[in-house]
Amino acid sequence: MTTQADINREIDQLRGRGGPQPRLDYPPYRSSVLRHPTRDRLQVDPEGVELWAPCFSAADVDDAEADLTIQRSGEPLGERIVVTGRVVDGDGRPVRHQLVEIWQANASGRYWHQRDQHPAPLDPNFVGAGRCLTDADGVYTFQTIKPGAYPWRNHVNAWRPAHIHFSLFGTDFTQRLVTQMYFPGDPLSDLDPIYQSVTDPKARDMLVASYDHDLTTPEHRLGYRWDIVLSGTHRTPMEEQ
Amino acid sequence: MSFAPGQTVGPFFHLGLPYEGGNLLVPASHPDAVRLHGRVLDGEGAGVPDAVIEIWQADASGRVPRETGSLHRDGFTFTGWGRAQTDGDGHYWFSTLIPGATEPGRRPFFAVTVFARGLTDRLFTRAYLPGDEPEALLDGLEPARRDTLIITREERGLLFDIHLQGEGETVFLSYPRQAP
Repeated sequence: MTTQADINREIDQLRGRGGPQPRLDYPPYRSSVLRHPTRDRLQVDPEGVELWAPCFSAADVDDAEADLTIQRSGEPLGERIVVTGRVVDGDGRPVRHQLVEIWQANASGRYWHQRDQHPAPLDPNFVGAGRCLTDADGVYTFQTIKPGAYPWRNHVNAWRPAHIHFSLFGTDFTQRLVTQMYFPGDPLSDLDPIYQSVTDPKARDMLVASYDHDLTTPEHRLGYRWDIVLSGTHRTPMEEQ
Repeated sequence: MSFAPGQTVGPFFHLGLPYEGGNLLVPASHPDAVRLHGRVLDGEGAGVPDAVIEIWQADASGRVPRETGSLHRDGFTFTGWGRAQTDGDGHYWFSTLIPGATEPGRRPFFAVTVFARGLTDRLFTRAYLPGDEPEALLDGLEPARRDTLIITREERGLLFDIHLQGEGETVFLSYPRQAP
């Protein structure tokens, strides 16, 4: 049986042995073993549709979808938070009016999902999925509940740090990103083979939100800020809408 | 500038990503509808039951769609965007139109993104329509590698399997201005 100590050793051996993106071949994350490509990716110049991104608008996303605390009849349990930030491209330009999707566990660390059967309570007032569009400055904002840590079966006593899954689009197709936002100071992060699959510590830090007391509102919620930089776009500013 | 690293979609993406009609770029009853489908396979050739495939494509005339309505489809507007999850056998399918070439003399393709539990970052590839015209990207690859990027035409559709690893491993792409 693989223990956390075994996984820690594997994580240590691979530290720094990769670039700023996660290693696709990262055996401490056991599910990656049969699912990572073995050949280098072929570098190509984007062409045709790759130079554009799909379009979304208020017709696709209702404003209420950005508030995960009002999706059911009552108040969800847990620590109410706001998560906000800017989505920019590699030149610092805002990604405007583009789709951001999130999904997460509830405050007890349980997903609203049939395959999540670990014995933490479901919250009848929290589903854990939301969407919004970035505004003209590239800003997204979600009202939600701080997710809990939860166990998984990568190894014995494996626990994922609290995290929110994010799905993002840029201004061209090549910027498509799915990632996870983590919380500052989480003791589980060092032990987590998914977070640690990004072996460069500076790049890893980019996945951690900052606590922002100015976003915190009295008697109501804690504020977190998380800015997201997508890869460079291949479109010129002239083409921007 | 550093870019945010990717992370796996994890096992519970069904909560946030799939939606009704996500794989129907046109209704299956559309007179020009084709089924683009295939399996996502792991290094042992087993179907990957927890993957998400996204496609983004030009319309039949080669125009890049600029219309919205990919999440709330009206059944009439072609937005060029689709999302499908694999079933228990690793199979995905879309109902869509055959894309045209966006520029004269280029082979039309579907831009494809692959996400899965166990995949620490998304993968990009292209699913090219079969044809005889020269194509710089395809022509520069040895035949076995090239074939992984070419759709097989079927009587009633288009078949495109995605091999994450191993024999027949799909050629995945990266673009300049992305971190390696």
